[in-house]
Amino acid sequence: MQKDFILITLADDDEDDRLFFTDAFEELKINTVVNTVNDGVALMNFLNAPGTVLPNIIFLDLNMPLKSGIECLKEIKANPKFKDIVIAIYSTSSSEEDIENTFVLGANIYIKKPSHFGKLKEVLSEVVTLNWQYITSGLNKDNFLLRM
Amino acid sequence: MKLFLKTDSHFLIKKILKEKLDVFNIKYNLINTNEILFLETIDTETYEKIATVLNDYGFEIIENQKNIIVQKIKETIIEMIANDQIPSVKSSVYLAEKLNHSYGYLSNLFSEVTYTSIENFIILQKIEYVKKLITHHNLTLTEIAFKLNYSSVAHLSSQFKNTTGITPSAFQRILKKRSEINNQNIN
Repeated sequence: MQKDFILITLADDDEDDRLFFTDAFEELKINTVVNTVNDGVALMNFLNAPGTVLPNIIFLDLNMPLKSGIECLKEIKANPKFKDIVIAIYSTSSSEEDIENTFVLGANIYIKKPSHFGKLKEVLSEVVTLNWQYITSGLNKDNFLLRM
Repeated sequence: MKLFLKTDSHFLIKKILKEKLDVFNIKYNLINTNEILFLETIDTETYEKIATVLNDYGFEIIENQKNIIVQKIKETIIEMIANDQIPSVKSSVYLAEKLNHSYGYLSNLFSEVTYTSIENFIILQKIEYVKKLITHHNLTLTEIAFKLNYSSVAHLSSQFKNTTGITPSAFQRILKKRSEINNQNIN
Protein backbone atom coordinates (compact mmCIF):
# COMPACT_ATOMS: atom_id res chain seq x y z
CA MET A 1 0.00 0.00 0.00
CA GLN A 2 2.19 2.81 -1.24
CA LYS A 3 0.59 5.89 -2.70
CA ASP A 4 3.66 8.09 -2.47
CA PHE A 5 5.21 9.30 -5.66
CA ILE A 6 7.36 12.09 -6.90
CA LEU A 7 6.48 14.43 -9.80
CA ILE A 8 9.36 15.04 -12.18
CA THR A 9 9.69 17.35 -15.17
CA LEU A 10 12.56 16.79 -17.56
CA ALA A 11 13.68 19.48 -20.01
CA ASP A 12 16.08 18.25 -22.69
CA ASP A 13 16.24 18.79 -26.44
CA ASP A 14 17.99 15.48 -27.11
CA GLU A 15 15.58 12.63 -27.72
CA ASP A 16 18.04 9.90 -26.71
CA ASP A 17 18.75 11.65 -23.42
CA ARG A 18 15.06 11.98 -22.65
CA LEU A 19 14.67 8.28 -23.29
CA PHE A 20 17.64 7.37 -21.06
CA PHE A 21 16.35 9.50 -18.21
CA THR A 22 12.75 8.27 -18.36
CA ASP A 23 13.97 4.66 -18.50
CA ALA A 24 16.20 5.27 -15.49
CA PHE A 25 13.35 6.86 -13.52
CA GLU A 26 11.12 3.89 -14.22
CA GLU A 27 13.59 1.54 -12.60
CA LEU A 28 13.78 3.47 -9.31
CA LYS A 29 12.24 2.16 -6.11
CA ILE A 30 10.39 5.42 -5.57
CA ASN A 31 7.35 5.82 -7.78
CA THR A 32 7.80 8.66 -10.23
CA VAL A 33 5.51 10.44 -12.64
CA VAL A 34 7.66 11.98 -15.33
CA ASN A 35 6.70 14.53 -17.92
CA THR A 36 9.13 15.74 -20.55
CA VAL A 37 9.50 18.95 -22.54
CA ASN A 38 11.83 19.50 -25.49
CA ASP A 39 13.26 22.94 -24.78
CA GLY A 40 13.37 25.85 -22.37
CA VAL A 41 10.46 27.75 -23.91
CA ALA A 42 8.24 24.67 -23.67
CA LEU A 43 9.31 24.24 -20.04
CA MET A 44 8.33 27.78 -19.06
CA ASN A 45 5.05 27.51 -20.97
CA PHE A 46 4.27 24.31 -19.13
CA LEU A 47 5.10 25.77 -15.70
CA ASN A 48 3.16 28.96 -16.32
CA ALA A 49 0.07 27.30 -17.80
CA PRO A 50 -2.97 27.59 -15.54
CA GLY A 51 -3.93 24.26 -14.05
CA THR A 52 -0.44 22.74 -14.26
CA VAL A 53 0.35 20.63 -11.22
CA LEU A 54 3.87 21.81 -10.41
CA PRO A 55 6.59 19.15 -10.24
CA ASN A 56 8.60 18.40 -7.09
CA ILE A 57 11.79 18.50 -9.08
CA ILE A 58 12.92 19.72 -12.51
CA PHE A 59 15.85 18.17 -14.36
CA LEU A 60 17.23 20.86 -16.57
CA ASP A 61 19.69 20.41 -19.41
CA LEU A 62 22.06 23.38 -19.50
CA ASN A 63 22.40 23.50 -23.28
CA MET A 64 19.06 23.84 -25.01
CA PRO A 65 17.97 25.86 -28.06
CA LEU A 66 15.52 28.80 -27.79
CA LYS A 67 16.01 29.21 -24.06
CA SER A 68 19.01 27.85 -22.18
CA GLY A 69 18.91 26.07 -18.85
CA ILE A 70 20.47 29.09 -17.14
CA GLU A 71 17.76 31.41 -18.47
CA CYS A 72 15.07 28.98 -17.27
CA LEU A 73 16.75 28.74 -13.88
CA LYS A 74 16.76 32.54 -13.52
CA GLU A 75 13.09 32.81 -14.50
CA ILE A 76 12.04 30.03 -12.16
CA LYS A 77 13.94 31.51 -9.24
CA ALA A 78 12.46 34.96 -9.89
CA ASN A 79 8.90 33.67 -9.49
CA PRO A 80 7.75 32.95 -5.91
CA LYS A 81 5.12 30.57 -7.28
CA PHE A 82 7.93 28.11 -8.03
CA LYS A 83 9.81 28.40 -4.76
CA ASP A 84 9.09 24.82 -3.68
CA ILE A 85 10.49 23.24 -6.82
CA VAL A 86 13.92 21.67 -6.54
CA ILE A 87 16.12 22.36 -9.57
CA ALA A 88 18.61 19.77 -10.80
CA ILE A 89 20.92 21.02 -13.52
CA TYR A 90 22.80 18.57 -15.66
CA SER A 91 25.43 19.16 -18.25
CA THR A 92 28.52 17.69 -19.79
CA SER A 93 30.52 20.63 -18.45
CA SER A 94 32.57 20.10 -15.32
CA SER A 95 34.04 23.58 -15.17
CA GLU A 96 34.19 24.69 -11.54
CA GLU A 97 33.05 28.15 -12.53
CA ASP A 98 29.93 26.91 -14.36
CA ILE A 99 29.01 24.69 -11.45
CA GLU A 100 29.42 27.31 -8.76
CA ASN A 101 27.55 29.82 -10.90
CA THR A 102 24.47 27.57 -11.24
CA PHE A 103 24.43 27.03 -7.46
CA VAL A 104 24.70 30.74 -6.83
CA LEU A 105 21.78 31.32 -9.21
CA GLY A 106 19.69 28.98 -7.08
CA ALA A 107 20.12 25.47 -8.47
CA ASN A 108 19.98 22.74 -5.81
CA ILE A 109 21.68 19.94 -7.67
CA TYR A 110 24.40 19.79 -10.28
CA ILE A 111 24.84 16.56 -12.19
CA LYS A 112 27.76 15.97 -14.46
CA LYS A 113 26.16 13.83 -17.14
CA PRO A 114 27.57 10.31 -16.79
CA SER A 115 28.75 8.53 -19.89
CA HIS A 116 26.90 5.25 -19.42
CA PHE A 117 23.43 4.18 -18.45
CA GLY A 118 24.29 2.19 -15.34
CA LYS A 119 26.00 5.17 -13.78
CA LEU A 120 23.14 7.51 -14.74
CA LYS A 121 20.65 5.24 -13.00
CA GLU A 122 22.80 5.23 -9.88
CA VAL A 123 23.09 9.02 -9.86
CA LEU A 124 19.38 9.62 -10.47
CA SER A 125 18.45 7.12 -7.79
CA GLU A 126 20.60 8.99 -5.30
CA VAL A 127 19.20 12.38 -6.34
CA VAL A 128 15.55 11.31 -6.19
CA THR A 129 16.01 9.49 -2.87
CA LEU A 130 17.70 12.47 -1.28
CA ASN A 131 15.05 14.80 -2.67
CA TRP A 132 12.45 12.51 -1.14
CA GLN A 133 14.01 13.08 2.29
CA TYR A 134 13.74 16.81 1.72
CA ILE A 135 10.04 16.46 0.87
CA THR A 136 9.16 14.15 3.75
CA SER A 137 11.41 15.38 6.56
CA GLY A 138 11.03 19.13 6.37
CA LEU A 139 14.66 19.85 5.59
CA ASN A 140 15.60 23.38 4.59
CA LYS A 141 15.55 23.61 0.77
CA ASP A 142 17.66 26.78 0.79
CA ASN A 143 20.51 24.67 2.14
CA PHE A 144 19.97 21.87 -0.36
CA LEU A 145 23.13 21.70 -2.46
CA LEU A 146 24.27 18.50 -4.06
CA ARG A 147 26.95 17.92 -6.63
CA MET A 148 27.13 14.54 -8.32
CA MET B 1 -45.54 18.07 14.90
CA LYS B 2 -42.12 17.68 16.44
CA LEU B 3 -40.02 14.56 16.79
CA PHE B 4 -37.46 14.17 19.51
CA LEU B 5 -34.52 11.92 18.60
CA LYS B 6 -31.80 10.23 20.48
CA THR B 7 -28.77 8.64 18.74
CA ASP B 8 -25.89 6.46 19.62
CA SER B 9 -22.99 7.86 17.59
CA HIS B 10 -20.83 4.82 18.27
CA PHE B 11 -23.46 2.54 16.79
CA LEU B 12 -23.96 4.88 13.87
CA ILE B 13 -20.28 5.09 12.97
CA LYS B 14 -19.86 1.34 13.11
CA LYS B 15 -22.88 0.82 10.92
CA ILE B 16 -21.66 3.29 8.29
CA LEU B 17 -18.12 1.87 8.27
CA LYS B 18 -19.44 -1.66 7.96
CA GLU B 19 -21.79 -0.79 5.11
CA LYS B 20 -19.10 1.07 3.20
CA LEU B 21 -16.28 -1.41 3.77
CA ASP B 22 -18.26 -4.58 3.05
CA VAL B 23 -18.61 -3.45 -0.57
CA PHE B 24 -14.87 -3.89 -1.16
CA ASN B 25 -14.83 -7.60 -0.26
CA ILE B 26 -11.76 -7.24 1.91
CA LYS B 27 -11.40 -8.98 5.24
CA TYR B 28 -11.15 -6.45 8.05
CA ASN B 29 -11.71 -5.94 11.76
CA LEU B 30 -13.30 -2.88 13.26
CA ILE B 31 -11.06 -2.49 16.28
CA ASN B 32 -12.76 0.67 17.33
CA THR B 33 -14.69 3.46 15.70
CA ASN B 34 -11.37 5.10 14.90
CA GLU B 35 -9.28 2.10 13.95
CA ILE B 36 -9.69 -0.42 11.17
CA LEU B 37 -7.40 -3.38 10.74
CA PHE B 38 -7.25 -4.85 7.23
CA LEU B 39 -6.47 -8.53 7.27
CA GLU B 40 -5.08 -8.57 3.78
CA THR B 41 -2.90 -6.20 1.80
CA ILE B 42 -4.77 -3.67 -0.26
CA ASP B 43 -3.45 -2.04 -3.39
CA THR B 44 -3.11 1.67 -3.97
CA GLU B 45 -6.24 1.90 -6.11
CA THR B 46 -8.46 0.25 -3.51
CA TYR B 47 -6.86 2.33 -0.79
CA GLU B 48 -7.71 5.51 -2.68
CA LYS B 49 -11.30 4.32 -3.21
CA ILE B 50 -11.75 3.53 0.46
CA ALA B 51 -10.31 6.90 1.40
CA THR B 52 -12.72 8.67 -0.97
CA VAL B 53 -15.80 6.75 0.19
CA LEU B 54 -15.01 7.33 3.86
CA ASN B 55 -14.21 10.95 3.19
CA ASP B 56 -17.78 11.47 1.92
CA TYR B 57 -18.95 10.70 5.43
CA GLY B 58 -16.42 12.95 7.05
CA PHE B 59 -13.88 10.27 7.95
CA GLU B 60 -10.27 11.21 7.46
CA ILE B 61 -7.52 8.60 7.34
CA ILE B 62 -4.88 9.81 9.76
CA GLU B 63 -1.88 7.63 9.13
CA ASN B 64 -0.95 4.05 9.23
CA GLN B 65 1.04 2.49 12.02
CA LYS B 66 4.25 2.11 10.01
CA ASN B 67 4.36 5.80 9.19
CA ILE B 68 3.81 6.64 12.83
CA ILE B 69 6.82 4.56 13.94
CA VAL B 70 8.99 6.00 11.15
CA GLN B 71 7.96 9.47 12.22
CA LYS B 72 9.00 8.65 15.79
CA ILE B 73 12.38 7.38 14.60
CA LYS B 74 12.96 10.60 12.66
CA GLU B 75 11.93 12.77 15.58
CA THR B 76 14.21 10.88 17.96
CA ILE B 77 17.17 11.28 15.59
CA ILE B 78 16.54 14.98 14.98
CA GLU B 79 16.13 15.63 18.69
CA MET B 80 19.26 13.65 19.47
CA ILE B 81 21.31 15.80 17.07
CA ALA B 82 19.71 19.17 17.83
CA ASN B 83 20.22 18.82 21.56
CA ASP B 84 23.89 18.08 21.09
CA GLN B 85 23.23 14.93 23.01
CA ILE B 86 25.14 12.53 20.88
CA PRO B 87 24.56 9.58 23.18
CA SER B 88 27.49 7.69 24.57
CA VAL B 89 25.88 4.41 23.49
CA LYS B 90 25.67 3.55 19.79
CA SER B 91 22.75 5.22 18.05
CA SER B 92 21.28 1.80 17.21
CA VAL B 93 21.12 0.90 20.91
CA TYR B 94 19.79 4.34 21.76
CA LEU B 95 16.95 4.16 19.23
CA ALA B 96 16.00 0.61 20.19
CA GLU B 97 15.77 1.53 23.87
CA LYS B 98 13.98 4.79 23.27
CA LEU B 99 11.35 3.31 20.95
CA ASN B 100 11.03 -0.09 22.54
CA HIS B 101 11.54 -2.14 19.39
CA SER B 102 14.52 -4.15 18.21
CA TYR B 103 16.90 -2.21 16.00
CA GLY B 104 16.50 -4.78 13.22
CA TYR B 105 12.78 -4.17 13.14
CA LEU B 106 13.15 -0.38 13.17
CA SER B 107 15.84 -0.49 10.53
CA ASN B 108 13.82 -2.63 8.09
CA LEU B 109 10.69 -0.58 8.58
CA PHE B 110 12.59 2.66 8.09
CA SER B 111 14.17 1.55 4.82
CA GLU B 112 10.85 0.28 3.52
CA VAL B 113 9.02 3.54 4.12
CA THR B 114 11.71 6.17 3.47
CA TYR B 115 13.88 4.45 0.80
CA THR B 116 16.97 5.24 2.82
CA SER B 117 18.69 3.67 5.82
CA ILE B 118 18.69 4.96 9.40
CA GLU B 119 22.48 5.35 9.17
CA ASN B 120 22.20 7.54 6.07
CA PHE B 121 19.40 9.53 7.62
CA ILE B 122 21.51 10.28 10.69
CA ILE B 123 24.40 11.49 8.52
CA LEU B 124 22.00 13.58 6.44
CA GLN B 125 20.54 15.22 9.54
CA LYS B 126 23.98 15.84 11.01
CA ILE B 127 25.16 17.53 7.83
CA GLU B 128 21.91 19.50 7.75
CA TYR B 129 22.71 20.70 11.25
CA VAL B 130 26.26 21.56 10.22
CA LYS B 131 24.86 23.66 7.35
CA LYS B 132 22.64 25.51 9.78
CA LEU B 133 25.54 26.19 12.12
CA ILE B 134 27.70 27.42 9.24
CA THR B 135 25.06 29.79 7.87
CA HIS B 136 23.32 31.10 10.97
CA HIS B 137 25.78 30.94 13.78
CA ASN B 138 29.06 31.80 12.15
CA LEU B 139 30.82 28.97 13.91
CA THR B 140 34.13 27.81 12.52
CA LEU B 141 34.47 24.24 11.33
CA THR B 142 36.71 23.47 14.28
CA GLU B 143 34.03 24.62 16.69
CA ILE B 144 31.35 22.66 14.84
CA ALA B 145 33.44 19.49 14.74
CA PHE B 146 33.92 19.75 18.51
CA LYS B 147 30.25 20.52 19.16
CA LEU B 148 29.06 17.53 17.14
CA ASN B 149 31.64 15.10 18.49
CA TYR B 150 33.54 14.55 15.27
CA SER B 151 36.98 13.10 15.89
CA SER B 152 38.57 15.81 13.72
CA VAL B 153 37.84 18.69 11.35
CA ALA B 154 39.10 16.51 8.52
CA HIS B 155 36.49 13.87 9.33
CA LEU B 156 33.72 16.46 9.36
CA SER B 157 34.93 17.98 6.09
CA SER B 158 35.13 14.68 4.31
CA GLN B 159 31.70 13.57 5.51
CA PHE B 160 30.29 16.88 4.32
CA LYS B 161 31.96 16.47 0.94
CA ASN B 162 30.81 12.86 0.61
CA THR B 163 27.21 13.77 1.38
CA THR B 164 26.85 16.95 -0.65
CA GLY B 165 29.62 16.73 -3.26
CA ILE B 166 31.00 20.11 -2.21
CA THR B 167 33.32 21.25 0.54
CA PRO B 168 32.02 23.17 3.57
CA SER B 169 33.90 26.29 2.48
CA ALA B 170 32.43 26.16 -1.05
CA PHE B 171 29.00 25.77 0.54
CA GLN B 172 29.58 28.82 2.68
CA ARG B 173 30.84 30.84 -0.30
CA ILE B 174 27.86 29.90 -2.51
CA LEU B 175 25.25 30.80 0.11
CA LYS B 176 27.01 34.09 0.78
CA LYS B 177 26.99 35.01 -2.91
CA ARG B 178 23.34 34.00 -3.14
CA SER B 179 22.30 36.27 -0.33
CA GLU B 180 24.34 39.12 -1.84
CA ILE B 181 22.37 38.73 -5.09
CA ASN B 182 19.08 38.61 -3.20
CA ASN B 183 19.97 41.75 -1.26
CA GLN B 184 20.84 43.58 -4.49
CA ASN B 185 17.47 42.65 -5.93
CA ILE B 186 15.66 44.01 -2.91
CA ASN B 187 17.52 47.34 -2.91
